Formats: sequence, structure tokens, C-alpha cells
Amino acid sequence: MFQQLLPIIKKEFRHIRRDKRVLAILTFVPAGLLILNGYALNYDVNHIKLGVYDQEKSERSREFVNSFLTSGYFDYAESLTSSAQATTMIDDAKIRAALVIPPDFSNKILSNEPVDVQILVDGMDANAATTIIGYAQVVTLEYSQKIVLNELAKMGRGNYIPIQYDARIWYNPELKSAKFLVPGLIGFILAITAIIATSLSIVKEKELNTMEQIDVSPIRPINLIIGKMVPYALISLVAATLVLVAGYFLFGVVIKGNYFYLFCATLLFIIAGLSIGLLVSTIADTQQVAFQLAALLSMLPTIILSGFMFPIRSMPWWLQILTNISPAKFYLVILRSIVLKGVGLSAFWDQIVYLMIFISVVLLISVRRFKKTIG
Amino acid sequence: MSDTVIEVDHLTKKFGKFTAVDHVSFDVKRGEIFGFLGANGAGKSTTIRMLCGLLASTEGTARVGGFDINKEPEKVKENIGYMSQKFSLYEDLTVEENINFYGRVYGLSNHLLKERKEWALEIANLRGRERSITGTLPGGWKQRLALGCAVLHRPKTVFLDEPTSGVDPVMRRKFWELINDLSAEGVTVLVTTHFLEEAEYCNDIILINAGKIIAGGSPKELKSNYIKTPILEVQCANVIDAMSLIEKQPWALETSVFGTHLHVSVENEEAARGHIQQLSMQNGLDVTHVEKIIPSLEDVFIYLLDQEAKKN
Ligand SMILES: Nc1ncnc2c1ncn2[C@@H]1O[C@H](COP(=O)(O)OP(=O)(O)OP(=O)(O)O)[C@@H](O)[C@H]1O
Ligand SMILES: [Mg+2]
Repeated sequence: MFQQLLPIIKKEFRHIRRDKRVLAILTFVPAGLLILNGYALNYDVNHIKLGVYDQEKSERSREFVNSFLTSGYFDYAESLTSSAQATTMIDDAKIRAALVIPPDFSNKILSNEPVDVQILVDGMDANAATTIIGYAQVVTLEYSQKIVLNELAKMGRGNYIPIQYDARIWYNPELKSAKFLVPGLIGFILAITAIIATSLSIVKEKELNTMEQIDVSPIRPINLIIGKMVPYALISLVAATLVLVAGYFLFGVVIKGNYFYLFCATLLFIIAGLSIGLLVSTIADTQQVAFQLAALLSMLPTIILSGFMFPIRSMPWWLQILTNISPAKFYLVILRSIVLKGVGLSAFWDQIVYLMIFISVVLLISVRRFKKTIG
Repeated sequence: MSDTVIEVDHLTKKFGKFTAVDHVSFDVKRGEIFGFLGANGAGKSTTIRMLCGLLASTEGTARVGGFDINKEPEKVKENIGYMSQKFSLYEDLTVEENINFYGRVYGLSNHLLKERKEWALEIANLRGRERSITGTLPGGWKQRLALGCAVLHRPKTVFLDEPTSGVDPVMRRKFWELINDLSAEGVTVLVTTHFLEEAEYCNDIILINAGKIIAGGSPKELKSNYIKTPILEVQCANVIDAMSLIEKQPWALETSVFGTHLHVSVENEEAARGHIQQLSMQNGLDVTHVEKIIPSLEDVFIYLLDQEAKKN
């Protein structure tokens, strides 16, 4: 029975090697997607070039500027001589933000009056601008807090802070969005390669009539299915590994949890993708239709319904139910648990069960349909 | 064991309301070359695909090599070779990779595969082209490779669906030599073709029209059974004008154009020769030559199809 499997797998690898398009889908697309999305979706803003228009040039004002520079977000770029210079330098992209300190900065603080410092931000990239303003606020608030604390200390009421806030989570000082993104991207990339590549490889055989020759040979449908899935599963595993490696080098994502669980969960997710691909191939008769259907089925649920971009808990109830058609939903929970939190099986075993149920249902339907059309 | 390899019994295939194959029955004996003729859309491929176990019949049944096509299609498939009308090997694989793949799939051992590969390359005349990508080969070469792959596992029965379409005449002859060799080895060959001259190579023929068998027998039988009257071949300057004139004559039973001349079947040869001369002179038909010919299968089929057309 398995003697048929090896030639099918071999043949499939040959097709992949010779079909430039499939090769591109399997290799460039994952890498490209990671880099593109990784950076585009990375809301972290670092090394912001800061111009400083310090009209006071006192010890206190320098201390204030320093608190910006030591925050790690801002780099000192220019000392400015006017507000007008600040705007032109932002226009020329020489600096991304300018800090304007009024001449009466220290005096006002000493006389317990509020001071207005101005921060000018390059609004070209609205997201980045928001982030920069956020950073500036944190730095300013922390500096003010320090002053208040000093005053309180002088009054003998040291170290009392009424409300402690942790602005750092919101403004993401740990580059958390990138870490959060990489697992989502792995799911996304695996879904695309598995679903599109499998469905195309099967439908191509229908379209080019080679399926008829297979059909008349003693190849058992189940061998054909396994023979088609194994190469794409292997390639998808390699793609997943590459994404993790790239995630480590580009975004510093370290896998905290168990590699074996990670491998098993990934394999399960790939099998889920392959099953969907098989289902697509029983519906579509041409590669064009298969590609569109597969692209739709791989991208939409993975982006919208998996919790990759939009938190599931904030969806309307009917959409929350619908999220169960996306295997990426289960996989992402597992992946985030293993990669980011480093927690054990007990934290995600239920997701593994859901994933298995998903696979069983889809595989049952698609193998039935496949057998009906072929053999 | 009986000598009948293929038994077809009222085989019928309907696609919706359309009947593509309509109660077809015939038998094929071991080692026979059995020709399946008919115009485009007559139902040849549909019949073959049912016999290969690729398509379930709507009605009727057939046994191939003793196995029922509907009940045991897998058994049927194990014992046959099939070459589909549309090229169905992998164009992106090399010649050798295609042969290896099908050899392995049919479970040939290393040793046997090597032997059969040599043999397939030999009969397909593709030695030296083992590493060519199949898609780059000319049509005739591809067809030979397809035949080679179809018989790699030495099936007892082979179904060839228009194996010579798109193949040049010289290559076509070679192809038929191959088919003859197979038959000489005891392989039963069922073949469809558009080329009527190829039908002469067959031991037995059936003619199918709109899903129904309208005639069957050996080429010789068909000729003697259906063509009982002499046929005159008339050569003249304007065949179309001549045809429309001669057609109307009561002595001309059947008239058809064959390239640059006419075939006219008549009741009495001598009388007809006189009539033709007369017509030629009266109407300036410029008849240069009249000759009695041995009827070809083409004459038979044109006659039969005409009869069918008249019925409807
Ligand atoms: N899957 C199908 N669905 C609907 N109609 C079909 C199907 N397959 C074949 N037909 C129709 O059945 C008829 C017979 O087709 P078939 O392919 O058997 O003809 P054929 O004799 O092989 O013709 P050709 O010489 O063109 O190969 C045609 O009219 C065709 O359109
Ligand atoms: Mg046909």
C-alpha cells in the first residue's frame, strides 16, 4: 500500500521544483510577508530624532531634556534657535519631533505655576506621531511626578504616589507588538502555504487531465491525498521554522516554551490547512477558481477571525461563534502560550482538542468528496 | 476461460437529459484490434471511459477481463492500460520521470522497472530523450510516450482513445505497427479513431452515431454487407456542379465527394458510364476519367450515415 506513496511524494517535489509560481508562494511569500508585515504592523517607534529649542538653557531645563534622551526613545539631533526652524527641519525630515522649552521654565516651576512645554511632531505617519506624542507624555509626566515627589518630600510626605500608573504597557516599551505579531504571522503564512499550495496542486491535475491517468491507475485515493500532503507539510514546517528564526533575529522573539509541543501544534495546524486545501480542490475545477477560493479561505479567517489582528472578545456574539471556522484561532492561542508565555500543556490542551475536532470534520468531508470525484 | 475479453451489454450514459451513449452492445475477443468509429461527439470517449471504470454507466453493464465495470471498477483498472484522448502525462516531468512514476505506481520492482523502461523507450522510439521535459516533445512523440506508459505494466487489455490525433501520417503508420505488435502478443486493443483508413487495420469495427451503434463487423464484412452495388469514381473539373447534377439522376443511387472526385454508386455499371458521358457533354462537366473502384470503408460509412440521416 505504501509503495505507491513514495513515488507520489517524489513526483510532487519535482512539480514544486519546476513550478516557479508554487515555489514563489512557498518561499518568497512567507519571508516577504514576515518582513513586510513585521515592520508595517510594528507600532514601536525608536530612535526618534529630537530637535531641542531650549529658550532657558538652565540646569533644570537641561535635566528635562535629558529625561527625554535617557528614556531610550529619543535621540538628540539638533539644538534649535527658533520655532520656525523647528517646523522647517521637520518638513525636511531632518528631525521627527521638536521640543520647545519656554524661557521661564524654571521660574514657573519654582513658583508653583504650570509650565507649557511644546512638542512638535511630524504627522506624516499618523500612527508613529501618536506613539511619539505618547512617549513625550510619559517622559513629561514622569518628570513632573519627580518634581511633585520632591516637593512632597520637602513637606515630609515622601514617596507617596496616590495612583500608580503603568504607561509602559500601552506605549509598548518592550516591543511587545512585534512579539505578539510573529505568532500570528506564522499562522497566517502556514495557512496560506498549506491551503493554496495543496489545492492548486490537486486542481492542476484535474485541469491538465493528468488526474484521469491517476484515476485509471491502481493508486488509492488515500495514498494520493497523503502523497500530496506530505511534501507541503514538510515545506510548511520549514517555512514555520524560518519565520521563527527570522522572528528571533528581526524582532527578538525568543521561544520560551517547549519545542516539542510547538512542533506538534504546528503540525496539527498544517494538517488543518492541508485539509481545507483538499476541500477546495474538490470544489474548484480550475486553478484560477482554486486560487481565489483558497486565498479567501486562508487569508480572511486567519486575519479577521483568528484574533490575530482583532481581539475575539470584543466581537459581537455571532462573530465570536463564527471564529471557530478558523483553525488559526486555536493555533494562535497555543502558539502565544508556548512562544510568548512559555506555559505548559495544561494551558492549551483544550485548543489542541478543538484543532483535532476541526481537522476531523474537514478531513471527513473533503476525503468523501475527493473519493467521489476521483476513483 | 472464454475468449471474450470485453462484453458490453446495453451500456448507456446520460448526462442530464442528454444521452451520450445509447444502449450499446458488443463483444471483443482476446488479441483483437477493435475499432471504434464515429464523428465528433458520437460517444466514443464516453464509452471508453465507462469501460475503464472512470465513469459509472447510467444503464446497462459491461465486463472487462471478467470484471463488472460498475461493481468492480478497481479490478478493471488493475488489468487495463488506458491512453486518454487528451494528453495526460506530466508535461513538467522528464520522459524518464514519467515512466518511473507510472512504473512505481503499478508496483514494478527495480529490476522489472528497468527492463520495462528500456522496452517502453524502445517502442516509443525515445531513446536518448530520457531527460527531455515531456512538454517540449512534438505531439507524435508525446503520444508514443503515452502509449509506452499505458502498457508499462503489460495489461491484457488496452484502451486507446484517438491515439493518432495530431500525429503526422508517417508516425501514424509506426503507431499502428505498435498496435499490431501488441495484438500479436495477445493484448486486446480497443481503439477509437477519426481516420477511416486506420479502421482498415482493425479486425473488427463498430460505427457509432449519436450514441448508437449503426453498423459493425470486420472491414471486409462491412464492405460486402452494405455496398452491394458498383461504385464509380468520376474525375472532373468541377466536382460540386457535377455532384448537384448527378445527384438528381434516377440511376445514381448515392453520390459523394471525395476530394477532387466523386463516388457514385449505381445499379448498372455500363449503363451509368453512358449516362455520365452524356451528362458531361450536355453540361460541359469536363469528365476526364470514370473508373469502377473497390469500395473503401469511407464509402461504407458515408453510405451508412446517409441512411441514418434519411431516417431522421
Ligand atoms: N461530463 C459530461 N457532461 C455533459 N456532457 C458530456 C460530458 N462528457 C461528454 N459529454 C457529451 O457527450 C457527447 C459524447 O461525447 P464523447 O466525448 O464521448 O464523444 P466522442 O465520440 O469521443 O467525440 P470526439 O471525437 O470529439 O472525441 C458529446 O456531445 C459531449 O458533449
Ligand atoms: Mg473522444
